[in-house]
Amino acid sequence: MSRSLPLFGFLLLVALFGFGIWWNTRHDPNEVPSPLINKPAPAFVLPLLDDPAQTVSKAGLLGKPYLLNVFASWCFACGEEHPTLMAEGSQLGVMLIGYDYKDAPDDAKNWLREHGNPYRMVVADRPGRTAIDFGVYGAPESFLIDAKGVIRYKHIGPITPEVIAKELKPAIAALQKESP
Amino acid sequence: MFFGSSAPCARFSLATATGPVRAPGALLRVLLAALLAFASVAHSQAIQPLPFKNHAEKVRFQHLTRQLRCLVCQDESIADSDAELARDLRLDVFQQMQAGRSDKQIKQYLVARYSDFVLYDPPLQANTLLLWFGPLLILLAGAAVVVIAIRRRSRDAGITAQPPAGQAPTDNEDDW
Repeated sequence: MSRSLPLFGFLLLVALFGFGIWWNTRHDPNEVPSPLINKPAPAFVLPLLDDPAQTVSKAGLLGKPYLLNVFASWCFACGEEHPTLMAEGSQLGVMLIGYDYKDAPDDAKNWLREHGNPYRMVVADRPGRTAIDFGVYGAPESFLIDAKGVIRYKHIGPITPEVIAKELKPAIAALQKESP
Repeated sequence: MFFGSSAPCARFSLATATGPVRAPGALLRVLLAALLAFASVAHSQAIQPLPFKNHAEKVRFQHLTRQLRCLVCQDESIADSDAELARDLRLDVFQQMQAGRSDKQIKQYLVARYSDFVLYDPPLQANTLLLWFGPLLILLAGAAVVVIAIRRRSRDAGITAQPPAGQAPTDNEDDW
């Protein structure tokens, strides 16, 4: 018995090591989980990218769920995400709103002209101040906000068809079940 | 997964889009322009001192920002990091200090947005008990194993040290 103890300990460590590898292939260790899930989205007032004289506020968007997609023209991963939004953005069942993060307006407009514009509207946060309230720490990030203005789901990193099928669609379906 | 764990900062890397370069003269001009642009960027970053009222405030700011993790380059504090977000957060912390908020309030403000992850020192609470006391548990488990092993060995030694039957007690020599 006592002779097999070191072997047992070794196997335990091997199992722990294997679990660590397995876990890290499925999770991004750098991902910071948002404490804002199921909490009211921060109040915000942001100008429209196309017409800075007009602003969009959280209060103005209440009543219908929407997906707030943080992007920027300087963000490489946003370019990878963009075709998915172009293809599936209109079939999500919620309004897709672009959130242009720390970007020069002209760069963003050119980028959208070049890659296509999947958004119903685009708000611009050039100083990035509102983004701090949302806990944004990079782009792309996406927030699903329900009709009452509560953040129900957040995705960090590019949205892929797989993310839409496995996470976003079920989350949106849950919203629609609540308020048809 | 996507951004790779080795270079979390890549997510914030700036696009370096330069147009096609045709002539050597143009190349030189582009290089010079790039150099100047870089220098001016570096310059504008370097000369952005926060207007501290006094030395004590500066020390407090430095102490506080060293305890806060940059979410982009996660091995750096927001005091050390060059990431844009770190700069934004430094300014935010500074403005909150100006508004008279305490260190604790500022930390709570950031934790509400970025979770406990933003704190370099994990707080002692229910879900961090294992983190704080796990090493102690492992140490105690190790100590228990050692104590049991020593006891067993000394008991076994005690048994073999018994003089075998029929032998004179005087033969019992000290092996130590």
